[in-house]
Amino acid sequence: MAQGYEGKALASGWLLLKSSAMSQAHIDVRYVANLARLDLTEAEVAVFQSQLVAILGHVESLSAIELPDDITAMDGMRLGPMRDDQPHKSLLSEAMLVNAPDQAQSQIRVPKVVADA
Amino acid sequence: MSLVTLRRRYLDGETTPSEVLAKLAEEIVSRDPRTGAYLSSDLALALKAAAEADLSRPLGGLPIAIKDNINTLGQSCSCGSRFLEKNYISPYDATVIKKLKEAGAIPFGRMNMDEFAMGSATENSALQLTRNPHDHDRIAGGSSGGSAAAVADGTAFAALGSDTGGSIRQPASHCGIVGLKPTYGRVSRFGLVAFASSLDQIGPLTRTVDDAALILQVIAGHDPQDSTSLDEPVPDYAAGINDGVKGIRIGIPKEYFGEGIHPGVRENVETRIKQLELLGAVIVPISLPYTEHAVATYYVIAPAEASSNLSRFDGIRYGNRAQNPADIIDLYHQSRELGFGPEVKRRIILGTYVLSSGYYDAYYTRAQKVRSLIARDFNQAFEVVDVILSPVAPTPARKINSSNDDPLQDYLADIFTIPANLAGIPAMSIPCGSTSFDGSENLPVGIQILAPHLGEAMMLRVAKAAEGLPLP
Repeated sequence: MAQGYEGKALASGWLLLKSSAMSQAHIDVRYVANLARLDLTEAEVAVFQSQLVAILGHVESLSAIELPDDITAMDGMRLGPMRDDQPHKSLLSEAMLVNAPDQAQSQIRVPKVVADA
Repeated sequence: MSLVTLRRRYLDGETTPSEVLAKLAEEIVSRDPRTGAYLSSDLALALKAAAEADLSRPLGGLPIAIKDNINTLGQSCSCGSRFLEKNYISPYDATVIKKLKEAGAIPFGRMNMDEFAMGSATENSALQLTRNPHDHDRIAGGSSGGSAAAVADGTAFAALGSDTGGSIRQPASHCGIVGLKPTYGRVSRFGLVAFASSLDQIGPLTRTVDDAALILQVIAGHDPQDSTSLDEPVPDYAAGINDGVKGIRIGIPKEYFGEGIHPGVRENVETRIKQLELLGAVIVPISLPYTEHAVATYYVIAPAEASSNLSRFDGIRYGNRAQNPADIIDLYHQSRELGFGPEVKRRIILGTYVLSSGYYDAYYTRAQKVRSLIARDFNQAFEVVDVILSPVAPTPARKINSSNDDPLQDYLADIFTIPANLAGIPAMSIPCGSTSFDGSENLPVGIQILAPHLGEAMMLRVAKAAEGLPLP
């Protein structure tokens, strides 16, 4: 597992911060992209594969942190109250349809979803 | 010229909003082709608003540029993306735009940004490159690079930006202006195109601290249309802004002054801290030990939220739609593949991965717990100090196209700005001098002021005191 980052100022003055260990993470970029409804080219898969492994290598430093027993997710974050569940005015459908890529009869038109019988 | 000065000139009858807008439009034509801050501007619409401007209002007749991810009725809102570039016109005003208009301001100009606010150089805009006005070979910072560059270049008096991990403060620092990220929930996000909903905040980029306070005063406040908006009274930010720093306890976190900071940045920031001490501030060494985990935490949480938020861009209701898809699934795939740029795809894939079955607890739940530790760090620090000072970025603005296709390097350079977003606290950048860097001289350096939840008044007070000091 990566152990955080180290920072070193190079002679040029430009900062190099890098992950101090290679990632153990395995990610099948094409499979995950498909889950996210993204088609990737072969070139994109190759580039993203190495970049994402490096990023996950840095992220893995989190697994080395000893978490206190009393810590919870979003502990101490202040959130406002939810509004009352009451009907209220919203945009008219005409306004919402202005940006629709395709429309007919005041509705958004999409390719056929149900297969032919 | 600052907003405060321009407003005084209006009230003294020395100029009018129409004259100022016409002059501004000339400046944009003359200067912006080199800087590339503006994606568009509608002068005719702005002049119509100028003719009807009520100068008695707090922002009466003042033009304010808007980052292109904040919905403004009848105008584009491309988010710097091909997905929305030509086929989306805002059907409503974001709450911040509604408030600006009610206060008399004139939203003028749609400002370039990293695509969907993902980036820290504005190199990820799919539409154009924005250059730093101080050195056109360098980045303006990002993601609110267009907003910052225009204010620094004299083509805007002030602008709105959004800040998810430093996207207001870092470009403000690189361009030598003031940038303020409010407390999470202080300003409504209704109408801001969502990137990472638990981190995003809208805030001002201005030439002076007083101007930042003036805009914050108008846009802050509870909004029933944003469930994360805080229902807390908005103080008068101008009231104590000139009270100085005598007796104010300023925390200096050792983790923000370690290795890797450019010596010119360090020297300028440390000089400014010494100057504040001479004015009577009490300097207190502190520790924020979980800072080193902030970037890793952020790059789990932000992509996770982004992958969910950006699922709405499917080619159905608005934006880019693929032509001749085989079926509805193919329509989703093709529309998104053609509409999104590489950084957006990278983060969607990363976010989808950390939220997927078998990885959720290991990445997402753990990151949320570490986020709590980072917030706890700040809560404990603010028991003994009033504000915290740090650099905004480890270096001044880097050269354009110098990231070597290694996104992790840019991610890691956000180490000083990300913690405030994770903790939900307010933070701002103000100029604190300039330095030589990588072959260029006089590149701006910013100092960051962080304050407790809803501590904007104290943050502005310290910023105002620091702003008035002679530059090193």
